[in-house]
Amino acid sequence: MKHFVSRLALASALSVAGFAAHAANTDITVAMQLEPPHLDPTSAAAGAIDSVLYSNVFEGLTRFMGDGSVVAGLAKSWDISDDGLVYTFILHDNVLFHDGSTMDAEDVQFSLNRARADDSTNAQKALFAGITDVSALDAATVVVTLDAPNGNFLFNLAWGDAIIVAPESIDGIKQAPIGTGAFKFANWVQGDKIELTRNDAYWGTPAVLENVTFKFISDPTAAFASVMAEDVDAFVGFPAPENLPQFEADPRFQVLVGSTEGETILSTNNKMPPFDNVKVREALAHAIDRQAIVDGAMFGYGTPIGTHFAPHNPAYVDLTGSSAYDPELAKKLLAEAGFADGFETTLHLPPPSYARRGGEIIAAQLAQVGIKVQITNVEWAQWLETVFRGKDFGLTIVSHTEPMDIGIYANPEYYFQYDNPAFQELMTNLNATTDPEARTALMGDAQRMISSDFVNGYLFQLAQLSVAKAGVQGLWTNAPTQATDLTAVSWAD
Amino acid sequence: MIRYTLKRFLSLCISLAVASLLIFFVIEIAPGDPASFMLGINAQPDTVATLRAELGLDIPKLERYLAWTQGMLTGDFGMSYTYRTPVSQMVADRLWVSLPLALFALALSTLIALPAGIYSAARRGQTGDIAVMSATQLGVAIPNFWFAMMLVLIFAIKLRWFAGGGFAGWDKGLGAVMWSLTLPAISLALPQAAILARVMRSALLDVMNEDFMRTARAKGLTTTQTLWKHGLRNALIPVLTIIGLQFSFLLAGGIIIEQVFYLPGLGRLVFQAISARDLIVVESVVMLLVFAVIVVNFAVDLAYAAVDPRLRART
Amino acid sequence: MNRNLIIGLILSAIAILAALMSFIWTPFDHVAMNIPAKLQTPNLTHWFGTDHFGRDIFSMIMVGARTSIAVAFVAVGIGMGLGIPLGLWAAARKGSYIDELIMRANDLIFAFPSLVIAILITAIFGAGAVNAIIAIGIFNIPVFARVVRGAAMPIWEREFILAARVAGKNAARISVEHILPNVLNLLIVQATIQFSLGILAEAALSYVGLGAQPPTPSWGRMLADAQTLVSIAPHLALIPGFAIIITVMGLNLMGDGLRDYLNPRTRVART
Repeated sequence: MKHFVSRLALASALSVAGFAAHAANTDITVAMQLEPPHLDPTSAAAGAIDSVLYSNVFEGLTRFMGDGSVVAGLAKSWDISDDGLVYTFILHDNVLFHDGSTMDAEDVQFSLNRARADDSTNAQKALFAGITDVSALDAATVVVTLDAPNGNFLFNLAWGDAIIVAPESIDGIKQAPIGTGAFKFANWVQGDKIELTRNDAYWGTPAVLENVTFKFISDPTAAFASVMAEDVDAFVGFPAPENLPQFEADPRFQVLVGSTEGETILSTNNKMPPFDNVKVREALAHAIDRQAIVDGAMFGYGTPIGTHFAPHNPAYVDLTGSSAYDPELAKKLLAEAGFADGFETTLHLPPPSYARRGGEIIAAQLAQVGIKVQITNVEWAQWLETVFRGKDFGLTIVSHTEPMDIGIYANPEYYFQYDNPAFQELMTNLNATTDPEARTALMGDAQRMISSDFVNGYLFQLAQLSVAKAGVQGLWTNAPTQATDLTAVSWAD
Repeated sequence: MIRYTLKRFLSLCISLAVASLLIFFVIEIAPGDPASFMLGINAQPDTVATLRAELGLDIPKLERYLAWTQGMLTGDFGMSYTYRTPVSQMVADRLWVSLPLALFALALSTLIALPAGIYSAARRGQTGDIAVMSATQLGVAIPNFWFAMMLVLIFAIKLRWFAGGGFAGWDKGLGAVMWSLTLPAISLALPQAAILARVMRSALLDVMNEDFMRTARAKGLTTTQTLWKHGLRNALIPVLTIIGLQFSFLLAGGIIIEQVFYLPGLGRLVFQAISARDLIVVESVVMLLVFAVIVVNFAVDLAYAAVDPRLRART
Repeated sequence: MNRNLIIGLILSAIAILAALMSFIWTPFDHVAMNIPAKLQTPNLTHWFGTDHFGRDIFSMIMVGARTSIAVAFVAVGIGMGLGIPLGLWAAARKGSYIDELIMRANDLIFAFPSLVIAILITAIFGAGAVNAIIAIGIFNIPVFARVVRGAAMPIWEREFILAARVAGKNAARISVEHILPNVLNLLIVQATIQFSLGILAEAALSYVGLGAQPPTPSWGRMLADAQTLVSIAPHLALIPGFAIIITVMGLNLMGDGLRDYLNPRTRVART
């Protein structure tokens, strides 16, 4: 009786508070920093698109869960041939697209072929490069043939760039996405919000929430104000870590601190003198105080890393000790390399605050050992042009957010230009290996190699910071991929 | 008058043409490729090339300039690179936020400034005048984005009278829209009100020294009556000019304020477009703002010339 | 000397002296980070407190004064250096196509929304003090051109100018030897006003990250850094804000005071 009365009181209080535009229990307003440029996850790199649509509106053959595991998605089950070249996927058979048409093997064939086509504008085309053929055996069976075994293939299919789309609705996808997910796209007010509604014809476990509104607030102060003023119910990817203690102390809110796949590194141009000298790179590693950077730039949120790998991953090897903070050693190494008086170099910093703030701190730390750094703040477009494509830089700070991307070190053309044949061989081995234990061992070797070569300054793993009202349950704490999966989110009573 | 109008109209067309040339070619020099920005760091060169072709970035600059200007005459500003929607539509949507904001700020500014200026002129030299003038000195010196920060801190975070920002959306009704634009409008209006008050005051003081005013006072009218009956009307001309100019300034000047209050207006659009190297959006919005100013100036010139024949003699 | 001028001089002097002094001495090294000591409120060691990296705010304000003043000063210099000759030329050739061209060009530049263009220039061609100076300076040129032309035109009608022309002096010499000294007062006042506007413009550009780059301190950037911390450490936003307000106000008051002081009519009235 008491329980009933208090619920009744709560309900009436909430209805009286009716200025709140939404009913409290089945609607949610989630804010994030960046607005998607359009709504097709398969033709742009903007993570914001996945943040809104991944698993909510669109699904792939496999899918990421909040703990980073890859589980079955639209594919009910699969069978891999002994030589690792042929994957046979059995699809769920009661799946409908949001426009009512059925999802079947032909749609899978269409999606995969579209992604790997010559004129495809898929930002992660490399994921599909090994596919030689996609066939629909029957309405619920798809056979994918690879040109070489790929231990990452199922993992790759879970990426937002591999979601399944329909040829009937592909033309309007950028403005009116039609997927198979637990939510349907309802409305987009550009510059302001995107609205989704629950898909009652969903093939799997239906979502609890009925109406979802995504709002886009890039300014950190505005983000803080919007949460404090209770304009939004949750902010995923909260951009101002300095404000989190205030939210933690406030019983109205909960703070979720998780990890991402973002290795934040001080990228070093390995082909530009003096960084082509491994002693100089080693000096760089010892001149950096990681904890000071995490404290100063991220207000304590973030895990120091010693190599390019996510610490939450079971195969992680802790190598922070081999690049410990030791300015005296750094100076000694510089002198040995012939730079007793230090040298000058450039530091290009893209917009995120981990780069801008982290950069200022690193500049000060490097100055202590005689390395004079000239900071250049750049927009992403300029960064891509000058640093990434032009390779015209000394140092830069960026967070590589793709999961399991240690393979970038095997590409000598990649912007930091690390060219080590031993590592390249290691990666080829790894890609061909499917046995989990063997993979773990190889991944360990890879991490050790790039650590002892001091290819880049490994700083910290970017934390996923989210703030939400205390009653919100089911939000992902970690970000194994760019997504705001609301399929299992609900309000506590 | 007709000759004058035609001359000014010709001048207007030339100005617009030159402006469009300047805007297009300066912005096109910008380093950075929208296609690689959109596809990110993992994209392969052939994918980027395909996207560039799709966006029409490989067409020579001159051709693109002509297509753009021709389209503008019919209201078609092209397609945004990043959003893939017609620029005119995006701009129209944003105008529904920026225009009300500019008008609201203008109204606030005028409502505060005119009475303050009149009061100050009437009590010239006395405490009232000094108080108002000091206040305007302060108002002019305050950066509007700092003022916005303070307003948010006090009224949104501490007092929770207002939301921290955001736009209510026209579907919620005029009241909600005005409420969400209140803090932004105040931040924009303050420095403008300060300037306007000073202009009002000095325009009135100038007019009060004119002979016809002394005649009016000699006839027996009090200072206040003279002010209202004769002074105000004449003083209003420079004041109205400033108000007109302020409008176009407010439209463009909201760029930073919109960032602070996360309003989906023209200012934020320009910022995002610059970051994403969505050049066609940047060019179109800047062109629109320039157009607004040139047209307002044209209208003001015509109004002046209609009222004061002496001005038509000026080249 | 009137009251505006005196107060204006004092307030402006604070900023200028702080900037000059910063070359010789600041309480702390303005770039020295001390993260454990971050976000202190004003106290006896750090008179204005410390920022989020533990840097001394008083020292940063002093060095920031250098940035604001330098940028505004050079921008005004550009405006005067190019605007005054153009204005004089237009006045000398009043009514001709040169005059028309210069005035139309002026109107054109005025038509461009200055803040948007400044952001555009710095975003495209790179952030930094130099580009900020150019962006702000460009918009100063038409201001001075217009003011000079407006003031010079009536002077050309005066008799002593007629005499000079009869004596054979060409327009350029007349402009420099006779016109310029007579518009100097007006120019000084205008320069003071443009200077104060330049400080505000520099602050706005730095606020959006397009002005002087780290580690060079800048009042505008200090405000940007302070934004997310304003509810926990308000002094971070208040102090640079006050610095800007005091300096701009001082310059404006000085401009007003100078205008009254240099104008013979109002000077007599004020005694």
